[in-house]
Amino acid sequence: MAHAGTLTISNLSKQYEVKGEVLPVLKDITLTINPGEFVSIVGSSGCGKSTLLRLLIGLEEDYQGEILLDGGRIVGTSLERGIVFQEHRLFPWLSVEKNIGLGLLNAKVPEEEKRRSIQEHIELVGLSGFETAYPYQLSGGMAQRVAIARALVNRPEILLLDEPFGALDALTRAHLQQELHRIWQQESITMILVTHDVEEAIYLGDKVVVMEPRPGRVRRIVPVALAHPRDRAAYEFVRIKEDVMREFIGQPAEEVIEPPLRAHDAPSDRLPSTFRFAV
Amino acid sequence: MLPLGLFVLWWMASKYGWSQSPLLVPPGKVWATAVEQTTSGQLWIGLRSSLWRDLAGFTIGASAGLLFGAAMGLSRLFENTIGPSFHTLKQISLFAWIPLISVWFGLGDTAKVAFLSLAAFFPVVLNTFEGIRSVPRESIEVARVFKFSRWQLLTKVVFPSALPSIFTGIHLGLVYAWLATLGAEYLLVSGKGIGNTMIDGREHFWMDLVLFGVIVVGLVGFSLTWIAGHVEARLLRWRGTSVAQF
Repeated sequence: MAHAGTLTISNLSKQYEVKGEVLPVLKDITLTINPGEFVSIVGSSGCGKSTLLRLLIGLEEDYQGEILLDGGRIVGTSLERGIVFQEHRLFPWLSVEKNIGLGLLNAKVPEEEKRRSIQEHIELVGLSGFETAYPYQLSGGMAQRVAIARALVNRPEILLLDEPFGALDALTRAHLQQELHRIWQQESITMILVTHDVEEAIYLGDKVVVMEPRPGRVRRIVPVALAHPRDRAAYEFVRIKEDVMREFIGQPAEEVIEPPLRAHDAPSDRLPSTFRFAV
Repeated sequence: MLPLGLFVLWWMASKYGWSQSPLLVPPGKVWATAVEQTTSGQLWIGLRSSLWRDLAGFTIGASAGLLFGAAMGLSRLFENTIGPSFHTLKQISLFAWIPLISVWFGLGDTAKVAFLSLAAFFPVVLNTFEGIRSVPRESIEVARVFKFSRWQLLTKVVFPSALPSIFTGIHLGLVYAWLATLGAEYLLVSGKGIGNTMIDGREHFWMDLVLFGVIVVGLVGFSLTWIAGHVEARLLRWRGTSVAQF
């Protein structure tokens, strides 16, 4: 059922109207994403990367340009495209397996196959034994795993991830990045990850799309031709990271290395990543 | 602790004759009245008719409130046409309805049931409406991603999401209906009921009977709240916290 599709975005623009004033959010985005590819999109807050994802999933409409999946224009949401949001968005009144089952509510497969698929995906995200647990009983990382399983259970062609690990602590985040990579290889589907974490983008992506804000545009596409598993401390890895960072802030690399905190977080309204531990 | 202290004070006050007021009856006399009322069946006659009216009125009022609140929460048209009138009517004190109700329904059971279904109606409507309107946009987006139909959205997202709030309304409705049961017996004096028993006590200056009535009314209210709390905690287990903590 799952055939990884080709996603073609050409001359995509999107604007909001605020009190009669036109506010451009995305301008002239052109991007091709191949079947089975892992594409990371990085950018500071306000560069429209989440809006781009919402357009791809079909939650936002009314845009100029084209978004084509296997040649067909994207209209509204579809079971071919799955999404994991920053918050897990599980329904608190349903157990883990029932939450995952929601992904199959409108799938045209027999009940028995649904049950099997749910079980497989619980195993895929490493949550065997938690089938009947309720969301309040799960940690943030576990809840996000359930959200990943819920998005994958219907075997979509494309999985969109909107800063899925942004609210998790550093250790859990590193672990889930590894898990996500394994799932991507195992399921061989197209994944598009939006993040503000450059390291995460490089660790997972075949290519990193760097976006710049106001209005959101593609600044550069950086290919990541490193073999997996990637070592974050390796020279090549660090070199690409510096390369991306330079695009990001428009400053020479030397100045970026100095403060170890992620400099691109500073102007945003988010907490610095070191404080996110407490969340 | 406080009730116990008050009880000891009461008991000592009557035992050592601190007050000669006929308002102060000794606890023993209240107990004797309790035993007499219970064994003679007097209590059950009053309590049964009060409880019957309470449950009938509550059921009618809460069901109507549920439907009305759901309609108002789900339909903008309904909210815009009927909503303003509803919000005006709910400002009227409940007891201000009594004259109207007695004109329409007389002083009998029908009038009382109508009055206390009105008491249960308002909180259920408001909380049902509130619950439906505060379904998070994030949850609705999840439903859109999975292509839920309108019916699926309603039964799988909107209703469960609104349930805690609906329960709050039902809980309040239950409390209000019980208060209104007593109110109705005071204001529409005819027939039997635990409130009428207390009125009898007052008129004949049987303070022991009045006090006994107060205790029974309190116990019934407490039990109703307790039952509602447990039903709620059971049905909303997924919240992970027990609401009934007494």
